[in-house]
Amino acid sequence: MEPLHDKKIKLLEEIANRIREKIIETLVEAGSGHSAGPLGMADVFTAFYFHILRHNPKKPDWAERDILILSNGHICPVLYVTLAYAGYFPLEELMTLRKLGSRLQGHPHRGSLPGVETTSGPLGSGLSQACGVAFSHRIDGTKNRIYCLMSDGEQNEGNTWEAVMFAGKYKLSNLTAVMDRNNIQIDGYTEHIMPLEPIKEKYESFGWHVLEIDGHNLGQIVEAVNVARAIYEKPTLIIAHTIPGKGVSFMEKDYLWHGKPPTKEEAKVALQELRTLGGKIRSEHQ
Amino acid sequence: MIIKEEKLNPKLYDEDVELTPTRDGYGEGLLIAGEENNNVVVLCADLSESTRSEAFAKKFPKRFIEVGVAEQNMATVAAGLGISGKIPFISSYATFSPGRNWEQIRTTIAYNDSNVKIAGHHSGISVGPDGATHQAIEDIATMRVMANMKVFVPCDTLEAKKATVAAAKIWGPIYLRFGREKTPVITTEETPYTPGKAEIFWQSKAPQVAIIACGSILHNALLVAKELEKEKIGTIVVNNHTIKPLDEKTLLEVIKKCGAVVTVEEHQVAGGMGGAIAELLAKKYPVPMEFIGMQDVFGESGTPKELIEKYGMGVKTIKAAVIKVLKRA
Repeated sequence: MEPLHDKKIKLLEEIANRIREKIIETLVEAGSGHSAGPLGMADVFTAFYFHILRHNPKKPDWAERDILILSNGHICPVLYVTLAYAGYFPLEELMTLRKLGSRLQGHPHRGSLPGVETTSGPLGSGLSQACGVAFSHRIDGTKNRIYCLMSDGEQNEGNTWEAVMFAGKYKLSNLTAVMDRNNIQIDGYTEHIMPLEPIKEKYESFGWHVLEIDGHNLGQIVEAVNVARAIYEKPTLIIAHTIPGKGVSFMEKDYLWHGKPPTKEEAKVALQELRTLGGKIRSEHQ
Repeated sequence: MIIKEEKLNPKLYDEDVELTPTRDGYGEGLLIAGEENNNVVVLCADLSESTRSEAFAKKFPKRFIEVGVAEQNMATVAAGLGISGKIPFISSYATFSPGRNWEQIRTTIAYNDSNVKIAGHHSGISVGPDGATHQAIEDIATMRVMANMKVFVPCDTLEAKKATVAAAKIWGPIYLRFGREKTPVITTEETPYTPGKAEIFWQSKAPQVAIIACGSILHNALLVAKELEKEKIGTIVVNNHTIKPLDEKTLLEVIKKCGAVVTVEEHQVAGGMGGAIAELLAKKYPVPMEFIGMQDVFGESGTPKELIEKYGMGVKTIKAAVIKVLKRA
């Protein structure tokens, strides 16, 4: 990974903003899908696909590529939009999300779309799958890094903790997990539905190294991944504190936006906000 | 009479026929598969002795993964290994795997097309004293209805070994069913075995009923055929070791010769091999059918022999079913 200097940070911020705009456009066209998570994770995805990951969009099966598994598959709009901007498939194809015959399935399906590493959606299985991939590379002695993005809500699932125990037992240091700590799930706030805290101490007690960052700070995201790469005796969890719906004022922090797309009218307002960086600049669309 | 070309165990009708559990064949098959392909890995959920994966663990320690009593994790870790070029075999009791982890198998193995083989042990009621909680009698049904899943049910330890070795060579998710109890060795090393191809083990001169069986209970079907022959009732006995994909061609040929069917399995009569064959016949060649298996009840503790008799899979009950179906034919 090249060092992250100010110019690159500015570029990444622009990309993240474009990704947010495209997420809104994609969801409106699809008419169904999840808003809050994708908007919240746009910065993390930008950091990964435009700086951190060793990958080649023109060679999605490249054997030496880093593997990114999205465990909370329902936020696939941000995955798909990021993959498109990164060059895995044409931007226009984003308008086919969730439609019959589309390669962009409602939840990620391996084999449907280049760049999608595995099938997910039912919560709690991604970390296990990532453990399997990490273990496979350990057997082969290959140097690929494996990343697993999870939500905080899916920490409710028992399968998740089986994976946490497994990674701890086998000291899978080639595995780095990133948790989207946005504090919401379908029925409400995580600490009301099924409290997770103290989540950091829980993972640490299972043999993981844990870092906490601001999930919207590109510098912190990159720095945390760098630290994880240097830890050889444990897997690492990066708890990324994010604002669900980040970038769209009427969506931010509201769990009701977890599982629905904006209407055409709502999208107009959302895009206006994003294109003008919350009213700070003028946009060519005005 | 027994079909010579099948090269079955000449002692299969003897009092002192060799008795070996099919899980032994799995263990031996794993060793062979592991030798033949470095990518074969074995996962176990705290049952390595019981599932006979211990020998693989000793021989290939770097390719054996103990996950503890965590069948959901076992399936999904295997899924990750499977999409990374490994050929994982996951081993546990069928009530737990594919019982407890059915959804993970569906999503991360079948729908994900990960090259994972699921070994369901302690299947059927002959598990015995452990009781109903450990007797898997629904697993053929739950696995055959899953898209992109094959289902293999070997009839004895030798076939179990062949099935395991074959499974490692065939791409895609496969469910293999094994038993706990020592059961008769029906075949020999030379007995033909090809996944997807049903084998005719017994054929009378004038067959009237097709007895189609899978798993170790096939031995009871062969005993019944011999007894009925003495009473001038002709049968064909089929070793239907592959429930999915079903060998429709062979089955239809056999059934057309007979005109009546009795299915025999250590499984609920609903949804298992009997169900699969009923679906085939209803569509292509409806004939009277009787179903031998668990009659929509749970089992209980007992000796395997007692349980097979009590729950209607013994020689007497199978024989009665043949006579009953003949009356409707």
